[in-house]
Amino acid sequence: MSSPLSQEVLTALVSETCAEIASAVTLEAFDAIAGSLKAKQSPLAQARAALGKIDDEAERKELGRLVGEATAAIMSALDERKVVIEAAARREALEADRLDLSEVIVRDVRVPVRRGHAHVVAQTQASLEEVFIAMGFSVAEGPEVETDWYNFEALNLPPGHPARDTFDTMYLDLGEPETVLLRTHTSPTQIHLLEAAHQRGMHSIHAVMPGRCYRLDTPDARHLPVFHQIEGLVVDRDVTFGDLAGTIETFTAAYFGPDIHSRLRPAYFPFTEPSAEFEITCTICRGEGCRTCSRTGWIELGGCGMVDPAVFEAVGIDPSEWSGFAFGFGIDRCAQMRHGIADMRALIENDLRFVRQF
Amino acid sequence: MLVPLSWLKDFAPFPDDAALLRATLDELGLVVEDVTTTGESLGDVIVARVEEIRSIEGADRIRLVVADAGDGPIEVVCGAMNFSEADLVPFAPVGSVLPGDFVIAQRKMKGVESNGMLCSGKELGLGDDHDGLMILTDVPGAIPGSAIVEVLAIEPDVIFDITVEGNRPDAHSISGVARDLAAHLHIPFAPVAPLSPARSGPPTSELASAGVDDVELCRRLVVSVASGVIVGNSPDWIQRRLEKAGMRPINNVVDASNYVMLEMGQPTHPYDLDKIAGGGLRVRRAHPNESLTTLDGVERVLGVAGQSLGDEGNDCVICDAEDHVIGIAGIMGGASSEIAEATTTILLETASFDPIASTRTSRRLAHRTEASTRFQKGIDPANLENVSDRFFEILSLSSPSMVVAPDPLVVPDHPVVATVLEVPLERVSSLLGVAFTAQAISDLLEPLGFGVVEKDAQNLTVTIPTNRPDIRTTHHGIADVIEEVARTYGYANLPRRTSPWPEPGQPNKRQGTRTRVREALLGLGGDEAWTTSLVASGDAALLGISEPEIGVTNPLTQDEARLRRSLVPGLLRSVGYNADRRQDDIVLFEMGLVFVHPSASTTNRSVRAGAAGGVLVDLPSEEEHAALVLARPDDDATTAVAAARVLADALGLADMRIQSGSSTLLAGLHPTRSAELVDAQSGEVFGAVGEVDPFIVAELAPSAGRQRIGIVVLDLGAVRDPAKVARKSDRAVGISRFPSADLDLAFSVPNTVSVDSLLDALKSAGGVVLEFVRLFDVYRGPGIDDDARSLAFALRLSADDRTLSESEITETRGLLIAAAADLGASLR
Repeated sequence: MSSPLSQEVLTALVSETCAEIASAVTLEAFDAIAGSLKAKQSPLAQARAALGKIDDEAERKELGRLVGEATAAIMSALDERKVVIEAAARREALEADRLDLSEVIVRDVRVPVRRGHAHVVAQTQASLEEVFIAMGFSVAEGPEVETDWYNFEALNLPPGHPARDTFDTMYLDLGEPETVLLRTHTSPTQIHLLEAAHQRGMHSIHAVMPGRCYRLDTPDARHLPVFHQIEGLVVDRDVTFGDLAGTIETFTAAYFGPDIHSRLRPAYFPFTEPSAEFEITCTICRGEGCRTCSRTGWIELGGCGMVDPAVFEAVGIDPSEWSGFAFGFGIDRCAQMRHGIADMRALIENDLRFVRQF
Repeated sequence: MLVPLSWLKDFAPFPDDAALLRATLDELGLVVEDVTTTGESLGDVIVARVEEIRSIEGADRIRLVVADAGDGPIEVVCGAMNFSEADLVPFAPVGSVLPGDFVIAQRKMKGVESNGMLCSGKELGLGDDHDGLMILTDVPGAIPGSAIVEVLAIEPDVIFDITVEGNRPDAHSISGVARDLAAHLHIPFAPVAPLSPARSGPPTSELASAGVDDVELCRRLVVSVASGVIVGNSPDWIQRRLEKAGMRPINNVVDASNYVMLEMGQPTHPYDLDKIAGGGLRVRRAHPNESLTTLDGVERVLGVAGQSLGDEGNDCVICDAEDHVIGIAGIMGGASSEIAEATTTILLETASFDPIASTRTSRRLAHRTEASTRFQKGIDPANLENVSDRFFEILSLSSPSMVVAPDPLVVPDHPVVATVLEVPLERVSSLLGVAFTAQAISDLLEPLGFGVVEKDAQNLTVTIPTNRPDIRTTHHGIADVIEEVARTYGYANLPRRTSPWPEPGQPNKRQGTRTRVREALLGLGGDEAWTTSLVASGDAALLGISEPEIGVTNPLTQDEARLRRSLVPGLLRSVGYNADRRQDDIVLFEMGLVFVHPSASTTNRSVRAGAAGGVLVDLPSEEEHAALVLARPDDDATTAVAAARVLADALGLADMRIQSGSSTLLAGLHPTRSAELVDAQSGEVFGAVGEVDPFIVAELAPSAGRQRIGIVVLDLGAVRDPAKVARKSDRAVGISRFPSADLDLAFSVPNTVSVDSLLDALKSAGGVVLEFVRLFDVYRGPGIDDDARSLAFALRLSADDRTLSESEITETRGLLIAAAADLGASLR
């Protein structure tokens, strides 16, 4: 450095160096500049060296601060330029790679011959739907994001109801707290169907509703926070508990086979009254009694019951005129039982060694 | 709830057949999760005195114990450390059999012979303690050699672990289970009928005060006072019963409270009256920010609205007569008025608290107790006096000199009125499919305490027992009564009916599309993946999507705190997962919903929400997407285009165009090797095709390396909508029976002219005689201008009614070339 160290000299140094940095267009040019700035003989290094020769402490301190600022300014110019150059290099690479997809000649594409495998839960859902369609059910679907009204209150679970806690609900950051949620069961779809039927002047409903549900459950062998249910709803003028029990039995035999039977056991769900758990003959031991079924010969599949009058009234339907039943169970659980899947987590890992078994 | 059979037998002479009882409980909806037997096969176990403890060389976890079981010294190796010399412990000699058919044999450990086993409570099926051996040193009558079944007065017992449903407050107690069970088995049932304690001295009102400021939060309160109480241990049989039912004995006062709760389902709270300022209780709503340090040493702030919907902070608190909070009603007491050894005068609170307020408070404080779960189900407000009497009856067993003050305070001081419902017989038969008579219903329900009277030929007047607060007081209660009829009659006994209806079953349109897409993708070698809809917050930014994200307010983990906006990240992670495991031929597809924030969507659902559905809230729009990722070694944008074409064909799309664009469907795709899928008629974008952006591959599937990953994304909602994406007509088109002529035409085409526009021009020029036109070669290089490329087309001409003449063919060829020339394409 020829001239003695001063504020003017440093300002000039910064503006010169920054201009030089800004002139770099290629990554090579940039690297060369960056390298030279870090070299021992670089103007910055010389400025730092010159600092040591200043005797006046106040002056040395002040110039030291200025050298520090100059270094910082140059380094940040380097960083900024690097981002720009890399982005340009990336753009250039992508540009060189450009392909007009409208010019692809499909006949020339050669791919390995192999048929893929549908997901075991999708297969299970499809075969459940098939059985229900053959029984006269239509298939309906509903949204996965619901409000507390559809997921709870219309189903006779008003705010503060103790049973709400058992659903381990995931709430979303929309609306007032705890009003927008990921549905915890497929039952809100029942409410949508009832509303639609009521608006159309009310006629009978025979529908199953499969879909994805969410609960705050730590994943383990038997639980996933994201899982699938299928729900059924029948509403007509003369529907009895006998129709519910008969429908469950017909379904059980049709899906699991003629030697698998169903039975109903009293249970509690706010949206049905009377309510029942339904159990089927243990598919492992065929009713003999084994570890899976705790030696009872039965395993629990799902819940069901007669639609509660409060549910009908929530959507404006007169429960003395219409009656109905509903049932629901886990599709993943059905797949687990049918295929002997030890750990449910395999269902969302998508390990090809697992997917390709089915 | 743990229910010992021996305790059930206090109320009815049940048989010992555990299997029958289990099946009956299940049938009644009192689901038995587990059955354990205790006190069985302990006949060989005797008391031994520890004479000497020696260490074993080379072992620090086991020791040699010399014990005397009445017949002189025996050497036993033992792993427990919780005893010392002269302690009395249970000893199972060689040859004895412990619960679980565990045969004790002579064993050798570290070269030392062990002649039998010193036992823990758990090993004997008498408790859950894992701390070490059961210590019998202070048990009266325990001498070396005596049988422990005699020393501990053990009788074999069966314990049912029962889940009590939310609508069975009456069964959340041992006597309640017994009532249900006895009625079903037609065995006489004797309810808890405590003798009123002998009351003397000044009336309760002179010793204590009681007030309820808020009858919504506390429907009824009974306050009793007993003096001369001696705090000590409960009788052994009470301690054993509490242990069998899963509770730890504390002292006779607390034990009596717990015993009565288990037996009758009603929590009580005993206070040390001398520690209650002003000597009285007041029940009121908590003031905002009032606080109390509860028995567990935690300071709890009360009266503040919580996060949960409708939780306005209506906490019910118990105050002393000077208005200081001393307990949170039904949840936990404060430390200040706790029963201690020195306590002599107790005040007993027996109350009926509001279930909803109780639920909210216990949820907000994240504190659940045996008492709070019972208050949440609801309890019998008419039974409070009876419960208090039973408490004193139990306590008097260990504190016989205790004096209970006359005239307990009851607030409010009027009897509980039972609900009466009119139940139409027709409703019962139409819901259950069985014509029940009034007599049959009465036979079923009266043993449970219902009053059933025939009002007229069509209707019953049913008086609901006060222990059934679950039965609604409105006309909805009719359904609840009918459930009780069905339950007690037996679900299995109700006839089954299969009633087909005239409407045919059918899948919906969404399923039809899904099935077509799935079948096509399976045929293309795709394996179906299902990934979670919950993703990390960085995913959208990584894809370059700047829309607001939808967050989960209470996520399980931060990796699952957002709703997905695209299927791409999930699928790429699955590609990475499989690449990590060196799987071949990775082609994955998924169909599922992605979510668009209401502020970024034009198709919001405005839906009822909040208490009584009283407000409208905009919900996200839910788009159903299908995505395919092709990650085989030679995959790239061209295989993706081929897949997209196959999909278009499988879906019967009329005219799918591949053109550049900037829709959100392109998020995460390679900027220069991807394009939109567009309907030619409507111009609607319904998908994207190309390659995944290599920078995103590096981020989400690093093990997939530098390879290209082809991708196709479809918006199935758009695909399904005929207004957006046109379908081919399903009308049959005749096949020409006349010979056809093939032409190849190669043009030099400026880069500014797209293949599609040239194809359109050729189709229009060819008219009806053009059977098809297909691009078969693209060439850039020498012989072609730098800003152009050569496009070669194969064309076939034919007519339905004749063989095309040479001149017609020449004429058409001329028209085709002229049309191309209009676009600036010159024939090569």
